[in-house]
Formats: sequence, C-alpha cells, structure tokens
Amino acid sequence: MMSKQADRFWRRVIVAAPYVWLFVFFLVPFAIIFKISLADPQIAQPPFTPTFDESGSLSITFDSFLFLLSDKLYIVTYLKSLLMASVATVLCLLLGFPMAYGIARSATRVRNLLLLLIILPFWISFLLRVYAWMGLLNNYGVINNTLMWLGAIEQPLQLIYTDFAVYLGLVYSYLPFMILPLYASLERMDLDLIDAAQDLGATPSQAFWNITLPLAKPGVIAGCLLVFIPTIGEYVVPYLLGGPESLMIGRVLFDEFFVNRDWPLASSVAMVLLTLLVVPIVFLQRNQARQNEAAA
Amino acid sequence: MRRTRSRFVITALAFGYAFLYVPLASVIFYSFNDSRLATVWGGFSTRWYGELFRNDLVLDAAYLSLRIALFSATLATILGTMAGLALARFGTFRGRTLFSGMITSPLVMPEVITGLSLLLLFVSLQSLIGWPSQRGFSTITIAHTTFAMAYVTVIVRSRLTAMDLSLEEAAMDLGGRPLRVLFDITLPLIAPAMIAGWLLAFTLSLDDLVLASFVSGPGGTTLPMLIFSKIKLGVTPDINALATVIIVIVSSGVMISWWASRR
Repeated sequence: MMSKQADRFWRRVIVAAPYVWLFVFFLVPFAIIFKISLADPQIAQPPFTPTFDESGSLSITFDSFLFLLSDKLYIVTYLKSLLMASVATVLCLLLGFPMAYGIARSATRVRNLLLLLIILPFWISFLLRVYAWMGLLNNYGVINNTLMWLGAIEQPLQLIYTDFAVYLGLVYSYLPFMILPLYASLERMDLDLIDAAQDLGATPSQAFWNITLPLAKPGVIAGCLLVFIPTIGEYVVPYLLGGPESLMIGRVLFDEFFVNRDWPLASSVAMVLLTLLVVPIVFLQRNQARQNEAAA
Repeated sequence: MRRTRSRFVITALAFGYAFLYVPLASVIFYSFNDSRLATVWGGFSTRWYGELFRNDLVLDAAYLSLRIALFSATLATILGTMAGLALARFGTFRGRTLFSGMITSPLVMPEVITGLSLLLLFVSLQSLIGWPSQRGFSTITIAHTTFAMAYVTVIVRSRLTAMDLSLEEAAMDLGGRPLRVLFDITLPLIAPAMIAGWLLAFTLSLDDLVLASFVSGPGGTTLPMLIFSKIKLGVTPDINALATVIIVIVSSGVMISWWASRR
C-alpha cells in the first residue's frame, strides 16, 4: 500500500515541476536583463562588460539608462507607444462592447456559433492576419482599387504605412481579447435586474448606465488590460503596417539588439518598459483573483 | 419580455464580423490570381499552390515549426496541468503568490521582453555550462513551452474551479489514495480542458514570430520567420496561397471540433 509520504511526494512534484520551470525560464531571465542593463557595451563576445571585473569588484554603470533619458527619441517612442496602445484599447472597447453585448443577448443556439466566429481568427496565424491587411491597404490594394474603380478617387490614398493602418492592425489583432472577457461578464448577468429596473420606470439607457455597465466592469477592466499591455510592446503590426512616424518601443528594442548590437541599451529599454507595465499587470492580477473568488 | 436587440447592436455585430472576415476572404480570393502582381487580377489559376509545394525552404520551415509545436504543446500541457492542479486544488502553499504571478505574467508580457530575456539566459547558460551549444529547435521549444503553459494553466484551472468537487470527495471517502483519485477521476474529467489547452499551445507555437526570432540561431528558420522575411518586402502571391492553406486547415479543424463537441 502506498504511504502518505508517497502522496506528499507526488504533491510536491506537481507543484515543483512547473514552479522550477517558470523560475528558470521566466524569472531568472529578468534578473539577467537587469544585470546586463547595468553593463557597458563592448566589442567582444558577449558584447557587454562583466558585472564583476578581474579584481572581483563590482562594476556597474547607469550609462544606458541615462542615455535613454537624455535622448529624445526614446522618450518620444515610449509616449507614442503608450498613446497608440491607449487609442487601440479604446477602439477595441467601442467596437467590442456592442458585439459582446449582442452575442451575450442572442439565442443560445446562435450564441455558440457567434462566439466561435470571434475565436476563429485568433487561431489563424497572427502574422497572416496582419498580412491580409497589407493586401487590402496597399497603394494598389483592394480598397484603393475598388475606390478608383468606383470613381470615388483619382489617385490611390496613402493607407498603408500610416498610423491609421497601425490602429486598424492592432484593433483587428486584439479584438478577441476584448470581446471574450466582456462576453463572460455580460453573459453571467441576471437579466431580471434590467426588467426590474424598467418595471420601476427606468429608461433603457438609464438601465444600461446604472446596471449593465457597473456589472460588466470586471470584464471591461480585464479586456482593456489584456489589449493594452501586450500592444505597448507590439512589434509586428507597426513594422508591417506603420510608417516612419509610427515607431513603437518594441521595434526600437529589437533594432537596438539586432541591428546596433547594443545589448545593455536594449536591456534598459526592456527594463523601463517592464517598469511601465508593472502597475497594469498587478492591477490585472488583482482583477482576475477577485473574479476567481467570485466564481468559486 | 426580453428586449429585442437594438439596431445599433445588430449593426455593430455585422460590422465587427465583416471587419474580422473580409481581410481573410480577400487573401483567399487573390491566392487564385494568375498575375505575379498580387493585387491585379490576371485570371484564375492554382499555380501558386504548385510552386508552394515544390519550395524546399517553405517545406523545411513548416517541418521545423510542426516539430517544435508538437513538442512544446505536449510539454506545456503537462506542466500547465500540474500548475492548474496546484493552484486550484492544493490550497495555500509556500510561494503561491509568486507562483500565480509567474503563471499569469507570460500571458500579457510583451513578446519582445520575453524573447530578449530568454535569449540572454541562453547566452549566459552557454558561457557558463556550454549548453545550449547552438540555438534552434531546443531553444525555441523551451521558449514556446514557457509562454504556452500559462494558457494551459488558465484553461485547466478554470475547468477545475467550475467542476463539482463531490466526485473527487466521494472517491477519497471510499478510500482512494489521492494519486489514484487524480489519475482515475480528476484527469479524465479535465481531459477536454487539457485537449483544448494542447490545441491552443500548438497553434500559439505555430504562430509565434517574435520569440522564435530572438532565441533562434543560424539554420533555425521557422515558418513564421520565413513568412515575415518575405512579406517585409510586400504582398506576394505565393504567401497568399500559403495563407489560404493555413486558413483552410485551421478553420476546418476548429469547425470539426466544435461540431464534434456539440453532439
């Protein structure tokens, strides 16, 4: 017969295996980024100065961080990334809320199909979905060709390589992340509350603002953060659809690392981005924890 | 009386679904275009499909991507299920807050940060212990596993939280050892969630460009890396064909599993 100790052993294995994996491949790497962000670049392999020099004394420098603060390019790019992520989040919310609402209020039979159609593009390659927009927005792409054929315009409009195209691409790619949590909170809602409010004389818009929206708040928060946090560091969409003015911080980090081979600078770009993201990430985890408690 | 949906909501739905599907439809349409110029219609043709299946670069990259996706999805499902069990069933244990933080952070962490941090880890490990001697299959698999196990954990955990505890409790009351209860009762009950998690991990791995670009080395070109290097230069008809193949495979897979789960 297996002993209690064996059970305890297996319990420990079940906790320890994923724990150790995440510790080694998720947490330790951040420590290394931090370490390298405090080094100086040098032409060697690896291309940065060691944390401890030959005599064993600590050799760290804040040069990379100071450089980030002194060069306007980086500050402007951080602000631009924050702006683009915020606008994309608001656009996702404006389009996603009515959609999630419509799906949650539809008949059960169609509801699952409608949900499936929201998730389906998410399963199809992200890269190819951005690529699909390149085909539509090109100077001689589908939209321009159609407009010229209709005679609405004489010259092709500059659609691709603009901020507009980046917003389109971001909303397109991240819309499911907004709709799914919104749907989850709207679907759980007790519809009798709205009927009760209307019986008591509330107009539909009063019922919406005073009942539906407050009850959907956890979903709104989760959806907004799930869109906002990853879009700040987005690389593919601004690269493929954006112009020179739609420079986002993900691209800068990538280029500092691979093009300029300045590892300490790339690491400090990542550290600053991470610091910007700590608050929204903690906020998201609180929100999720509260929802898990409510569901349990 | 349930209120009828307003015209505004219906318009938003129609617009939203058109927004999601028109670009995909246009890619499929132009993949049958005979013209070398991707957006000028030159008559119906399937020649780009032929070129696609004769292109060794595409086939090699697809093979590498599939192998990585198989391995990382399986590893991520094992580790993610363990993490989901730990978080949903084991109550509090030492370091639980850190644990659940490490589980949810990869979900939202910008890929450039995860990619850079993992590459720096691999470079440091290489100079410390000589492993990994080259970057490619193994490093990309590790990166994808780390990223995808978070998704598996979320799916498995929510299934466990929603699940009725009484079956597991009954088995325990009847004298079942925790480990047997786990294998005979709990795992079969969460199997659908594990399958869903595996499929999601598999697609996430097949789809990933940024992580792979960071942690890969010479010779380790995955399919998204190959596609990205081609479409940087613009729209090409053979990528239209490749996209169509992927769209058709994925949507039929999703549709079939949806249809099967409804019966």
